[in-house]
Amino acid sequence: MTDLLKLEDFRVSFSTPRGDLHAVRSVDLTILKGESVGIVGESGSGKTVLSRATMGLMPSTATQTGSAFFNGTDLSTLSRDDLRSHWGTGMAMIFQDPLTSLNPVRRIGSQLTEGLTVRLGMGREQARSRAVELLDRVRIPDPLVTMKKYPGELSGGMRQRIVIAIAIACTPELLFADEPTTALDVTVQAQVLELLTELRAERNMTMVLVTHDLGVVAGHTDRVVVMYAGQIVETAPTKDLFRNMKMPYTEALLKSIPRLDQPSGQRLQVISGRLPDPTKTEPGCAFAPRCTYATDKCRAEAPPLTTAPNGHQYRCFFPITGAN
Amino acid sequence: MAGTGKIHLRPQSSPILSVQDLVVNFKVDRKSFVSAVAGISFDVLRGETLAIVGESGCGKTTLGKAIMQLPRPKGGTIVLDGEDISKMDGKDLRLVRPKVQMIFQDAISSLDPRLQVKNLIDEPLKVWKRGSAEERSGRVDNLLDAVGLDPAIVRDRRSYEFSGGQCQRISIARAIALDPMLLICDEPVSALDVSVQAQILNLLQDMKNKLGLTLIFISHDLAVVKAVSTRVLVMYLGKICEIADPDDLYLKPAHHYSRALIAAVPIPNPEVQVNFARLGGEPPSSINPPSGCRFRPRCSSASDRCAAEEPKLQEIAPGHFVACHHPIVD
Ligand SMILES: Nc1ncnc2c1ncn2[C@@H]1O[C@H](COP(=O)(O)OP(=O)(O)OP(=O)(O)O)[C@@H](O)[C@H]1O
Ligand SMILES: Nc1ncnc2c1ncn2[C@@H]1O[C@H](COP(=O)(O)OP(=O)(O)OP(=O)(O)O)[C@@H](O)[C@H]1O
Ligand code: SF4
Ligand code: SF4
Ligand SMILES: [Mg+2]
Ligand SMILES: [Mg+2]
Repeated sequence: MTDLLKLEDFRVSFSTPRGDLHAVRSVDLTILKGESVGIVGESGSGKTVLSRATMGLMPSTATQTGSAFFNGTDLSTLSRDDLRSHWGTGMAMIFQDPLTSLNPVRRIGSQLTEGLTVRLGMGREQARSRAVELLDRVRIPDPLVTMKKYPGELSGGMRQRIVIAIAIACTPELLFADEPTTALDVTVQAQVLELLTELRAERNMTMVLVTHDLGVVAGHTDRVVVMYAGQIVETAPTKDLFRNMKMPYTEALLKSIPRLDQPSGQRLQVISGRLPDPTKTEPGCAFAPRCTYATDKCRAEAPPLTTAPNGHQYRCFFPITGAN
Repeated sequence: MAGTGKIHLRPQSSPILSVQDLVVNFKVDRKSFVSAVAGISFDVLRGETLAIVGESGCGKTTLGKAIMQLPRPKGGTIVLDGEDISKMDGKDLRLVRPKVQMIFQDAISSLDPRLQVKNLIDEPLKVWKRGSAEERSGRVDNLLDAVGLDPAIVRDRRSYEFSGGQCQRISIARAIALDPMLLICDEPVSALDVSVQAQILNLLQDMKNKLGLTLIFISHDLAVVKAVSTRVLVMYLGKICEIADPDDLYLKPAHHYSRALIAAVPIPNPEVQVNFARLGGEPPSSINPPSGCRFRPRCSSASDRCAAEEPKLQEIAPGHFVACHHPIVD
């Protein structure tokens, strides 16, 4: 398989009144054509910023360094307009907050057909029938009625499905799906994930699935990337990751999931403490203050990214051993 | 409901909230309307956590907002702490408002991006004149700390500088600022990663114990619901399917829809073959809901009776109610 996206020493920081906030700290990541990669990590670990920065969707307070190659083109050398020409058909994104990414004063129909007429040059009628088809595809009841509605008239889950329909309208090569199903109930979640899987197979679409739900990742990705404090701390083929996790952080994440096979009313296991202040850079492993396995070495020295012979990468001095 | 009935109500236990025959419709055009909440009755006892689960669009948010009288529902009564708020005029209603707070589903967009975090949380305190500026400032810091945010770091920042999870914590701090007796949480953790989710769920439990809160917990995540609730109400297209305590519901779901919901929960293990009893059929329309049982078109056990007659809630085990003509028994 060939590389579709290649990030090298990719960094994003924001200038804030309290100093530079380092949201993404030196990420190297290669995504192959057709692959489905899950990005998991705690809230604030930099998943959204990584995705949005790759697409060139950063505010003016952000500074981006390193390189991002998309189909061999270094995106950092492109002008804003040239970058925009990749949106929709090259890269598309399902944004995390469905309400803010839809325009509240425009009808669903016009928001859906916009990309089709502007980017694909479809005529009005063709775009309309394609839009109805897309709504049907994402399992919106009464597509014709829904076309005439405003976002505020739809439930949260319906809005999320509209956002998905808009993102896939122009059949992008690479789809960033930022928490695409967290607002959906489990049955629709399953349908939407199945839909994304179908689209991937049909159009050889590559997908980056950003989610906090390790359950979703387990069933719908080929590879998992775990982020912590702006860095990649573990990456492995999905089965390998669950079977043989190396990072104490990944293990703690998995343990904090409420599961149906546990009795009700139990306190959930939490990862105590919080992410380090992103405006500071402390020595040592970023997870050390919260890690149950931390030693003096962890607090003094930053662990390098280690690559096991099977490609499993992790950033830890004392990786977990044995089957999980 | 997909049935009606009130056999599950517990008036003798003086519930903190009692909702009867609640109806909310949304007008589509002159001839048709969305039947979002179709005659729902339930009650919540002091200290309970009632979870409301169901498919996207089934009316959970509408139900939560109707309790808040946002907007006033078309029909039904809502008795809060002994007072019928559905009949109150605007002035009296204003006075009871602090008693019920709601954390809204779109946490990020419900926070005013122009306000600093300290002002966001101070706002309800100021409106309701809870203490001097200095007292309120101390309270804001306590609230931030309680939801796991470092006051020194976040006080002066604005919501757009925060990630989704951090915004949700801010909304929770805001919602508990007035010490409500009933807190309606609409998908409070669905935008949070698992570790913060666990922290917030534990946090809500702690607040509940410490402040004597009663919770209505709206969620689509059945695993989350199981961890926090004392009673679960399963909804389908504006109707109640089943009410039970969480362990009963997960071990012995009696409604065909509840069973499909449970079967669809993703399992965090790629080795486990997803045994996905996927719901077949077309997505439901609440503009023209099916006759009889609203779940009928997607139910594999539907009979003629299901089309002709709306099932009524019946008690199939102590505290376990189901609205189905052919409940699952094993
Ligand atoms: N526009 C911005 N200005 C300043 N800081 C920002 C901005 N956007 C994000 N950040 C900061 O960057 C860090 C990473 O945020 P990001 O939104 O990528 O997290 P995330 O992993 O997507 O979290 P979540 O799971 O909550 O969505 C956070 O510390 C956040 O506060
Ligand atoms: N303001 C409104 N105007 C018209 N219809 C509405 C309005 N708000 C909600 N509806 C409709 O009412 C029904 C119930 O919506 P509601 O938001 O309560 O669903 P929900 O159960 O909260 O779904 P989700 O899990 O997706 O948040 C849906 O069919 C929705 O389209
Ligand atoms: S390097 Fe040390 S502190 Fe960091 S995750 Fe490994 S054991 Fe924990
Ligand atoms: S068996 Fe009949 S009443 Fe019961 S869920 Fe199915 S359609 Fe509804
Ligand atoms: Mg994010
Ligand atoms: Mg809702």
